[in-house]
Amino acid sequence: MADTGAAIELVGLTKRYPGDRQPSVDGVTLRVDAGETVVFVGPSGCGKSTTLKMINRLIEPSSGSVRINGEDVTGLDPVELRRGIGYAIQSSGLFPHLTVAQNIALVPRMAGWSGRRVRARVTEMLELVGLDPGEFRDRYPRRLSGGQQQRVGVARALAADPPVLLMDEPFGAVDPVTRGHLQDELLRLQRELRKTIVFVTHDVDEAIKLGDRIAVLGERSRIAQFDTPEAILAHPADAFVSGFVGSGAALKRLDLTRLRDLGVPGCPTAHQGEPLPQVRARLRASATDEMLLLDRRGRPVRWLRRDDLTHAEGPLTEAGTPVGGTVTRDATLREALEAVLTDSTGRVAVTGPNGVYAGAVRLEGLLGTVRGLLAADRGRAREHRRERESTRPEPTPPEAEGATAGRAEGDAVGSAG
Amino acid sequence: MGFWDYVGSYREKLLFDAYQHASAVLQCVVVATVAGVAIGVVTYRREWAAGLATTTTSALLTVPSLAMIGLLIPVVGLGVAPTVIALTLYGLLPVVRNAIVGLRGVDPALVDAAKGIGMSRARRLLRVELPLAWPPILTGVRVATQLLMGIAAIAAYASGPGLGNEIFRGIASLGSANALNQVLAGTLGIVVLALLFDAAYVLLGRLTIPRGIRG
Repeated sequence: MADTGAAIELVGLTKRYPGDRQPSVDGVTLRVDAGETVVFVGPSGCGKSTTLKMINRLIEPSSGSVRINGEDVTGLDPVELRRGIGYAIQSSGLFPHLTVAQNIALVPRMAGWSGRRVRARVTEMLELVGLDPGEFRDRYPRRLSGGQQQRVGVARALAADPPVLLMDEPFGAVDPVTRGHLQDELLRLQRELRKTIVFVTHDVDEAIKLGDRIAVLGERSRIAQFDTPEAILAHPADAFVSGFVGSGAALKRLDLTRLRDLGVPGCPTAHQGEPLPQVRARLRASATDEMLLLDRRGRPVRWLRRDDLTHAEGPLTEAGTPVGGTVTRDATLREALEAVLTDSTGRVAVTGPNGVYAGAVRLEGLLGTVRGLLAADRGRAREHRRERESTRPEPTPPEAEGATAGRAEGDAVGSAG
Repeated sequence: MGFWDYVGSYREKLLFDAYQHASAVLQCVVVATVAGVAIGVVTYRREWAAGLATTTTSALLTVPSLAMIGLLIPVVGLGVAPTVIALTLYGLLPVVRNAIVGLRGVDPALVDAAKGIGMSRARRLLRVELPLAWPPILTGVRVATQLLMGIAAIAAYASGPGLGNEIFRGIASLGSANALNQVLAGTLGIVVLALLFDAAYVLLGRLTIPRGIRG
């Protein structure tokens, strides 16, 4: 699918408030590619929000420039500029005196869309964010839950189909469960829409989950590291980044890969009503000593061990042990690991659409995969760094460099414990 | 003559006075509302300007109404003019103060959101800030109305319109047969009018405050 986003370039972007000795944002230079999600993450008060607000000029930069699709926007009329940039903020920013539909319709109306087109768009946007238009269109924001408000906030930001979307801690005020759902929704939306998104958060886990790339910002919005989540987890650039990413980098890495990305290992299966000897033979032929019994729709129902089959007398549906938890192919490695660890025998069935059998994962296999992933990340990050160093005009002293690399590596391995 | 006999025989005149009274108050409240909200809009974003607006309008309110009208007569003459000017000035304070409080009370995050989605200053004011500040402004208007109901009675001193004429005539002829009836009719008339207006404000609130922010 073609990217609908626009590239954003920040060049030496600086904000100095009168009377302050230090600038609040000091010379931020970075490029966000079209269709990419970049997350600014940093401690509170580091100026990440100020940096974001300079992109749509809610805050006027003291110096430096912002280019969207190559065009310097510091010369544009701010009101016009903002209509072309979606903006979603914490606790949704919905206007309480307007209905859901009126809130979403604001930007299209200002852009001069016809009434019919606006109405159609409102319906479309509500469906896009997973709210039933019939039920929610005429509600007032106070009659929505926090998560629903946030969805409407995103719908409003996207209503006029802007190429760029700025999100300022949009999920900061909702409970963790809802936040997880909203993050999943945003990922899904972004797979469909490919907007250019700049997202601000102080939550590293949120950054890792959502960002194509993450800019870890220190004081005065100094960019401590700007890289993919994998690279930041495998190789934090300095003590500040590793401190901010916190412990458990290896575990966090598990959130970034889904079972379907790896190819789910298979496992012998049997169907209800198959003759017992045939099933026994199949299990004997395989390397494992356990198989899955599937129901008529292909959904896993029972685990059958060798012993179960030897002693089985009645129908297979009463042999073995029922399948407890399953995970979907879309589950992250962390979710899979969680499921495998909770299972008393360390294995769990994987399902595809409609709960149909897709494979099974075991603890040993999963651990091997994870180790491989982490090693590959480290390799890539090291290579990445070498490349950058060879192109950098002034190399940093070798001893400092060696120390960081050694410590970071120790971190990635040690932090798993 | 009993009170009700008095009201019965002077019904036409009393109704006319009451109508004039209500009409004068209503018109002055409308002018005070428009001017007060405008003053609020112009001043609420600057601390010193908002302070100046509130202080000036409260200072106006401390001038005794009789003195205010007395001072206005040499400038604008007798009749309707001094009444309207005095009533409008008195009506400003509650409106200005509540407009400033209301506009300042709008959640800054909402103003930010309005800016962020590309609303111009004027649109922000009309579509977001004033609607959200409307409930306190309406309360201010209601208070102003109650205030002006009473003060309007003084207008009769400057040969102005309204139920104050009854009261003044009664006071002037104290001891005569109908003096008490006149004062009573004027006063009760004002109380009834005030109650009617208050009921109208409840209705107005229902009609103009958006459901999403109604308490």
